[in-house]
Amino acid sequence: MTPATPVTSAKTLRIDRIACTGQGLCGELLPELIDLDEWGYPIVKDRAVPDHLRAHARRAAAACPLLALHLDAGRT
Amino acid sequence: MNTTTGAMNSSAFSPAHHAPRLLSGWCSTGATATLVEHLRRYGPPALGTRTSPMSVVEAVEAAGLTGRGGAGFPTGRKLRAVAERGGRAVVVVNAMESEPASLKDEFLLTVAPHLVLDGAVLAATVVGADIVHVCLPRTRAVQFGQLRAALDERRSARLDPVRLRLHALPHTYVSSESTSLVRWLNGGPARPQGSPPRTHERGVARRPTLVSNTETFAHLALIARYGADWFRQAGTPDEPGTLLVTVSGAVAAPGVLETAFGTPLDVILDRAGGRTESLQALLLGGLGGTWLPAEHLRVPLARRELAPLGAAPGAGVLVALPRAACGLSETARMLAYLAADGAGQCGPCRFGLPAVAEDFAALAAGRSDPDRLSRLRRRVGLLPDRGACRHPDGAARLAASALRAFADDIDHHLTQGACAAAHRPPRIPVPPAVPPETWR
Repeated sequence: MTPATPVTSAKTLRIDRIACTGQGLCGELLPELIDLDEWGYPIVKDRAVPDHLRAHARRAAAACPLLALHLDAGRT
Repeated sequence: MNTTTGAMNSSAFSPAHHAPRLLSGWCSTGATATLVEHLRRYGPPALGTRTSPMSVVEAVEAAGLTGRGGAGFPTGRKLRAVAERGGRAVVVVNAMESEPASLKDEFLLTVAPHLVLDGAVLAATVVGADIVHVCLPRTRAVQFGQLRAALDERRSARLDPVRLRLHALPHTYVSSESTSLVRWLNGGPARPQGSPPRTHERGVARRPTLVSNTETFAHLALIARYGADWFRQAGTPDEPGTLLVTVSGAVAAPGVLETAFGTPLDVILDRAGGRTESLQALLLGGLGGTWLPAEHLRVPLARRELAPLGAAPGAGVLVALPRAACGLSETARMLAYLAADGAGQCGPCRFGLPAVAEDFAALAAGRSDPDRLSRLRRRVGLLPDRGACRHPDGAARLAASALRAFADDIDHHLTQGACAAAHRPPRIPVPPAVPPETWR
């Protein structure tokens, strides 16, 4: 039996916009999915985290000094 | 209150515009409905012919009622979401009406307070709430007194099975956002809160909470009495019913009107006394809305027809801009106010929106150049979808629509400096661009 979708659960990025102070680490650590605006605040290019970037995304979330970047279960 | 209503002149109605519903009492008497008059007209605020709370939800769903605060979310779905959470819920009447060009909630509460309160009490019965919080802006002291009297009337009559509480909140542009009300009622500042948790899951006192606009509750009260088919006799199949609109700017009789969805914009302007000058554009939806060039004035006030123009009925605000005004200068003042009055909690409101307002002011004053204009466009594009609430999204909609609607003026301002109209006094009243004194 071959599953049609990967068995691991999908992850999406969520930013707590009030907690975020534009430190910009997320954009440095996860440039594939996050750009920064001119003040260092994140611009999410794609909320869905591809499987091969999951470890990077987790690292970026852990590195945020305000704990404003979250990895939620499930696709949007 | 400087509110006139063309709805008083019933001969002005053709079948397409439909007779007023929320304002019918006002139109026949010209006075505020006391509780006695209200009960004589509508009967007690019971569930009426509906046998159970959920049958009211079904009637509201079948009626296709949407929120009249601007976002247009289906009210039935909201009621169901709160009802299905179970447990004791809370109902909040959002009468904050922070949009400076909107007067309809204040007007409705003045002329038909018991219709709104009936709807709120009914909603409470439906979702299992034992309390209704009515949230008014602190600036409307007279209205606060009137409503307190209305609540006293109901208490003396032992009319309501739930408690009703009146609150006066700080009046800022974002304090009408539903999460601002919840945060304030929980003892915090009246500033938007990001989600999750969502209000219908965990709101006031951590209980499932239904927050709806003042006018929405009044429609709900009538649907519970007369049913979905009656409600659908006005409006379009997609957007049934009537809505209150506030018309201002270059019209002879500015004020609040009740109209059916689908009424052409120019017909609404005619009912507000007609244009006093040749028009350049219409601001639809208020300061967080869209500038529509005058050639689109025959479009019906309906979501489907307005969407291709980047506009929506919103909370029914129409501001007529005369040709003699400078649209760029008017927009620049609006953006300055929106930037100053934001909660300043998120990146777009701390930096993006103030920068956009500044770029726009330079454009309006004839101090811009092509590079600064492209920077402005880029910054406007980065405002939406990046805040805890939709304040930056609305400001971006206003700015982007101004850049489209006043494209010819932009050329003039870039090449020859500000136009003559930019030096004349502004035509559209906008509150001063100063930060709120308090959030509590």
